[in-house]
This record gives sequence, C-alpha cells and structure tokens, in this order.
Amino acid sequence: MTRAHYDAIIVGGGHNGLVAAAYLARAGRKVLVLERRELVGGAAVSEQIFPGFTFSVYSYVVSLLRPEIIRDLDLPGHGLHILPLESTVTPMFNGDYLAGWSDHDLSRGELYRHSPRDADAYEEYGRLMHHMAQAVRPILAMLPPDPTSLSPRDLMGMLKFGKHMRGLGAEHFHALHKLMTMSAADFLDEWFETDVLKATKSASGVIGTFLGPRSPGTAYVLLHHYMGEIDGVFRAWGFAKGGTGGVSEAIAGAARGFGAEIRLNAPVAQVIVKNGRATGVALENGDEFEAPVVVSGLDPARSFLQLVEPKELPGEFTAAIRRYKFRGSSGKVNLALSELPNFTCLAGDDSRRTVLREAAWRGAFSISPSLDYVERAYDDAKYGEFSREPYMDIIIPSMIDPGMAPPGQHVMSIFVQYAPYNLTGGWTDARREAFGDAVINAIARFAPNIKSSILHRQVITPADIERVTGLTEGNIFQGELALHQLFFFRPAPAWARYATPLDGYWQCGSGTHPGGGIMGASGRLAALEILRRT
Amino acid sequence: MLKQTPFHARTAPLCLGQNWRRWAGHFAASSYDLVHEREYHAIRNSAALLDVSPLYKYIVSGPDAARLLDRVVTRDVMAMAPGRVAYTTWCDSAGKVIDDGTVARLDDERFRLTSADPSFRWLHENAHSLRVAIEDVSDSTAALALQGPLARTILEHLIERPLADLGYFRLTTATARGVPVTISRTGFTGDLGYEIFVDAAHALPVWDALIDAGTPYRITPTGMLALDLARIEAGLMLADVDYVSAHKALIPAQTSSPYELNLGWTVKLNKDFFVGRDALAAENESGTAWRFVGINVEWEPLERLYAAVNLPPRLPTVAWRTSVPLYRGADQVGYATSGCWSPLLKQYIALAHLPADHASVGTPVEMEVTVEHHRKRAPARVTSTPFFNPARKRT
Repeated sequence: MTRAHYDAIIVGGGHNGLVAAAYLARAGRKVLVLERRELVGGAAVSEQIFPGFTFSVYSYVVSLLRPEIIRDLDLPGHGLHILPLESTVTPMFNGDYLAGWSDHDLSRGELYRHSPRDADAYEEYGRLMHHMAQAVRPILAMLPPDPTSLSPRDLMGMLKFGKHMRGLGAEHFHALHKLMTMSAADFLDEWFETDVLKATKSASGVIGTFLGPRSPGTAYVLLHHYMGEIDGVFRAWGFAKGGTGGVSEAIAGAARGFGAEIRLNAPVAQVIVKNGRATGVALENGDEFEAPVVVSGLDPARSFLQLVEPKELPGEFTAAIRRYKFRGSSGKVNLALSELPNFTCLAGDDSRRTVLREAAWRGAFSISPSLDYVERAYDDAKYGEFSREPYMDIIIPSMIDPGMAPPGQHVMSIFVQYAPYNLTGGWTDARREAFGDAVINAIARFAPNIKSSILHRQVITPADIERVTGLTEGNIFQGELALHQLFFFRPAPAWARYATPLDGYWQCGSGTHPGGGIMGASGRLAALEILRRT
Repeated sequence: MLKQTPFHARTAPLCLGQNWRRWAGHFAASSYDLVHEREYHAIRNSAALLDVSPLYKYIVSGPDAARLLDRVVTRDVMAMAPGRVAYTTWCDSAGKVIDDGTVARLDDERFRLTSADPSFRWLHENAHSLRVAIEDVSDSTAALALQGPLARTILEHLIERPLADLGYFRLTTATARGVPVTISRTGFTGDLGYEIFVDAAHALPVWDALIDAGTPYRITPTGMLALDLARIEAGLMLADVDYVSAHKALIPAQTSSPYELNLGWTVKLNKDFFVGRDALAAENESGTAWRFVGINVEWEPLERLYAAVNLPPRLPTVAWRTSVPLYRGADQVGYATSGCWSPLLKQYIALAHLPADHASVGTPVEMEVTVEHHRKRAPARVTSTPFFNPARKRT
C-alpha cells in the first residue's frame, strides 16, 4: 500500500478539477489529480470512437471559458486554439431557412428577408443584451455571499452585490428582472415576430435544463451568447482544435507545467475522514493518499452522497443535496459521414448558393423550425419519453478542423434534446437505438442524404453519460442551471463557497457557482478560496 | 488600371466583399470572405493559399551570378549550395537597409532574388565588370504561398512525392499536373509553409490543382489582412511599414541598419566585400543605438483603462500599421510600427523600435492607446520575437 503525501488532492480530472489543480500548483502547492478514466477531461474529452474519426464525445463547443484562466494558465501556450463557428442555420418546414452569420450586414439582410421589423429590433435587442451581459458578467467571477449570514465578509459581499445591482439603473434593472423570471418564449415575444428566430434563440436557452422554451426562468440563458461578446477579443465561443478534449489537454498541460501530478486510471473509492476532517482519499485498489485539502470536482451527489459516509456530514446538508435537481435531459449522437449533409433549404447550383452552403457547413445547424416544435419536443420529455422530433444543435467539426476525420469524410456532432434520464421503462439498448433513429429521421426531413452517408453512429443517452463520465443522471451541468440552484444556492444554501461541512473537504465542479459549460470558473474560484483559507 | 496577377481569374470571383488593396501595383485581396477571421485560422490550423505574385522577382545568372549577389546582400551567397534559400537584407554604403528578401540558388550559375521594392537598377549598378545577366521576371513568374500545418500534406498530394526531406529554407523542383514548379520551404507566416513559383502562363492549372488537392484538408484562399496578423506573430517586418528603405529615406534618422532591425544575424562581416561592409563593421565594433523588439501589452491594466469608461476593451481585429509612441516614465523613448491582437496567442502584441538601453527583454514600457478619444498609456513589456514559433516551422 502506498501512502504518498500531498498538499492537495483533486478528485476527478474534469476541466474544473484540472483548473483548480493548475491554480493550486501555480501557488506552490503539491497537487495530485486522481482521474478514474484513462484520459483527462471528464465530459470534455475527444476520443477516436471509430478509427480515423475523432469526436468531442459529450460536450461539443466552448462557450465561456474564462479569459482570466486563459491568461493565468497560458492555455494558448499549452495548445489551446479556439476556431470560429461562423453561423447558425435553421432549416424551416416550408423549405426556407433562417441564418445568422458572423458578418453583421449579412445577418441583418437575412433577418430582413423574414421581417423588416425584426431586423430593426435585433439591433436594439443586441444593445440591451450587451448591457445585461455586462451587468451579469461580474457575478461569474464573484464568490457568492450568503444572504442569511451576518459575518462581515458576507455582509460586504451582499453590499457589493447590491451596489452592483443598483448601479444598473432602473431600465436595466427591470430588464434584468424580466430576464431572470420570464420564459425565453415570452421574453422574445416582446421583441420579435419571426417564429423561427424565437424558436432558435429560445432553444439555445433550454440546453441542459428539463424545461421548455415556454417554461418560466429560461430567458436568462439568452444572455450567454452576449456574455461571450463582452469577453471581446477573449471571446472563446467556438470549436476547440482537436475537440473539447483539446481544452482539457491544454489545462492539464498547464497544471503539469506548474508541477501538478495527474494520475489516470485511479478511481477514488472514498474520502478518508479522521476526527471529523478529511485527511486524504482511498482508491478502489486500496492505495491511499494523504492531504490536508481534498477537493472534489465531481457533482454534488457523488461528492457528498457517495465519497463521504453520511455520518460525517450534517443531516440537513445531505438532505439539501438529495433535493438538488439533476434530471439529465439531453443526449448526443455522433456520426461518421462519407459525405456532407445536403440540406434541401440550401440546395442549388448557382455560385451564391454554393458559397452559402459552404459557409453553413462551417457553422451550426439548429433543428428548431418553430417554437411549437421545440415545446412539443419538451412535452414528450415531460411524460417520460424522448422527443419524437427533438431539438438539435448540429456541428460538423471536420469542416472546421480537418484533423477530426479522414480527408474527404466528416464527423457530425448532434446535441439532442430532449432525452430524459428517467425514461418510462428505463433506457435499454433497444430504446437507445430507437432514440438514435428518431434523431436521424428528424434530420433527414431537412437533409435526406444523411441516412445513406452514415458510416458509423454513436448514440449517447443520459444513462450513458452517467455511466461513462459519472455525471449523475447524465446532467451535463452537474445539476440543472435553474434559478433555485444558482449563485448562493449552488449546490446548497450556506455552502456555495466551495467549502463543505466537512473540514478539509472542498468542492470545485460545475455543481458549484457559477457552473455549467466549459467555463472553468468554478475550478478557479474554488482554488482561489482554498488558497485564501488554507 | 492596376495590374492583375496571373491568378486573378481565380481570385476575383472568390473575393466576396470586393475587398482589394494594392501591392506593388497589383490588385491583392485583403480578404476573400467578408471577414478575414477564417483565413487567419487557416494559416495556423489547416492551410492558407496566398497569391504572392506581386513580389518583385529577378533571375541573376552567369558565371559571376554568385559574386554579384554576394557583393550586394549581407548574407554569404558564395557559401550557398544549389537548392538553398537565404533570407537577407541589402544595404547602401552607409550600412543602412535598402530592402529585405530571399536569395535562392537554383543551380550553380542561377539565382532568384525576391524583393519588396524594385531592385533591377541596384543589381545593375553593382554588376559592373561581372559576367552576369539580370532578368526581371516579376510579371512572367507567378508565385503562391501555401502556409499552415497541412501545407506539406497538400503539396505531397499535388506533386505525388514526399516532401519531408525538404528542409527549412531549401528548394526543389517538381511537376504539378505536368507543370514544372519550384517549391521552396519559405514563407511570411512563421508556420510550416512553402512558396511555389511557376511560369505565369501556367499559373491557373497550378491554382486549380492545389485547390483540388487541398479541399479535403480545408485549403483556404487567404488575403493580406490574415497574413498581416500572422507575420506580426512571427516577428517578421515589412519594408515601408516597419522600416524605411535607405533609398526612400528623406532624412538619415529614417534609416536603419540590419543591427537596428534585429537582423544582425544576416550580416556576414567575414565576407570579402559587400556594399555597406565597412560601415557595418564599424557599427558592430562600436555598438548599435537602436533595437527592433517585440512588445507585449499587459491585459489587466488595459482592461482597467476601458472599464474606467464602462466599456469592455476594444481592439482592432486587423493589424495596425501606424507609428505608436512608447514611453518610459515621462519620456517617449521609442515607437511601435505594427501591432495586432493575436487571436491565437490571446495577446496584444506589437513590433517596435527602442533605444538599446531600453530594449532588453522584460523592460517595462508604456504604449499609447486611445480609449474613447482619449490618449492613455498601457503598461507593456519588451519581449523577444517571434511571438509564435511552432516546431513544425522547421521540422
């Protein structure tokens, strides 16, 4: 039995665990990262599922990787290269499409084709969202204060938070309140008349939640796109070279560069607790490692209901964690393709169409032809079924990074919603394939050649996400990003600042503030708090 | 009417925004797409295809061809074996740079010189009593640059043989779909890359063949805006932008020696004679007053300058080519001549002239920035160049 000693042990080599490890190692701590699988990244991994075809198996784009992390860890120096995703094209049932391009004039012209009024409104909407994003963005880098605590630090934190909100001015405060409480559909109704525009925008707002575009509380996710724009030249909205595993590898490279040790194939069985404090971890193979700081990058259920014996934690805390909602709602289908999908809405041989088609293949396709379509997709899920006609966010990574597939062939990444974790009757191999078939059929309505061009197909259900990555109930955000689980509620009231009721035990995953997406903010904030307090 | 390059019939329909600029009297695409972003990333991620035909090109041949070039440029041309290419400067008798370019030894008695400015007269003036012929092939030779990590793979498909043995700054001849071409492992991006020279009459078939071979590898026709970002990342300077040719300078202060441009390594003082040798030897002895360095602008202080007026930092997405003051303390000590936000490195970088005593790596300086119409100073540091230097460039 080995019994090596470290300053800090990180359980789980997902991107947040790696970020935390890098920051702790950068500060001179002796850090060990223990990863269950044979590669780092957690849900941000790239794997060759079929020979020659590389997939970002679970996640697929980078959205809000924090600029300060990119800088502090010199991620470009460790190989991070974010490539632009130029467009979003939504095919419509009437054979038309709606496109958003990276060029402002093109986008305006396209929207004008659908509604001159909306084309004008879009400019004003963009300006408001810019201000909203500017208002919300500092919160991403803020340690959540505890509103019920009277400690000077919490009071100062609330004061800062309150001042920040007051500084917005009435107009922006009201808009922010609407954004935080309304449904995406209702909010967009106040601005636009083009249904397919509202469908596409609101669909991106329900990603990862068990809510539909007409569910209250979905509007604020509309901000995410604009938050990326506030990051300006640091905007990390796009496709990571090599897939999302490229992000994890860059962070791991930085962590190693600072001296952190990363062990693969090292599943942690439990956190060792002595005299009421965490003192290390034991692996499934019996190896033990000691450290006064143990940090879990796993989700709250794994961190508190699995790695630690219930008797070591207060009952009301574990009860809160039990109530924490996961409810995975999305799946993923990865395809190896012999040829590109020919979306009929972009068909045509003239040079304008050819240029359009080429450009569209380099961007995303959103299968969200109408608001009703997306809401109906949710209706299926509410009653325990996967969507017969799901919302999908599709990209073709090989058009952006040719290294992802053999020359002339392609990989397609399809994010699918809804696929409820709690499927009526449970997920079986047969149900998985039926789900895959529904996805392909739904795409084939718009791109009929998809069926004949599939070389390989990988269908991933929430149950698969849970089984392989460990994410409870297959929730891609380590717990729903719903208002009752954000900021000082994430993951539980009074424990939103990375510490836990167990001394020496910390949390740094997406299940903590601000959570969600490949942001790394949780890992960074956790590490900074640990460095301040230990 | 401006001249069209031999590839114009192909590049013109691709130039969606009709976004042209001038280069040596030719139309040159600034970007083909409406925005240049994708073209930039092609240089670093796949392969960018650039029409570099406007370069001035000269064939120098004859028994004394090597002697002529050795006399004109600062590098040691006599020591170059056939198949070698050298980046070099050439100077006036005061040791001030006239131009920079490449010398390629095509065979024993045949060289190709490329330059940014016309060089015909200067070559002639220095050819007195030498047995050489100087031919201006600027219009009759078309040139493409294929730059990026997949450039080699694409070229290997094109010429149907491996290129792994072609070292950095080496050249070879080949046939592309029956057309004879010269391929040199050179470029202006600081990445893995090649330049392809072909008789202008056969230019279009070579372009078509490259597009065919390169499409599965996302070959991307690329314009000057993307190139400008890449060359700054690579620390490569441009005549007329980063320095003034000694033949164009109106006052001595506008001129620069190779040492002052961080190009001392191209000056081979142990050669017999070359134009400017004595002056350069003297400068080498006494020390150089100015240096050409990299500048890295610190992000957080820049962000604070913008935050003070409630704005996120706004940087141009294209490279700038203006003279920007650099300060230490109260005094302006130098100036930057080009700069850009590097999308790959996520750094705000610039190329700059600084006096030698302010030019060592790590020296803190301040660069002038304009924030909401007001001139501010952003803290920065002197760094070495290239800013980006991938191993694949040479290996």
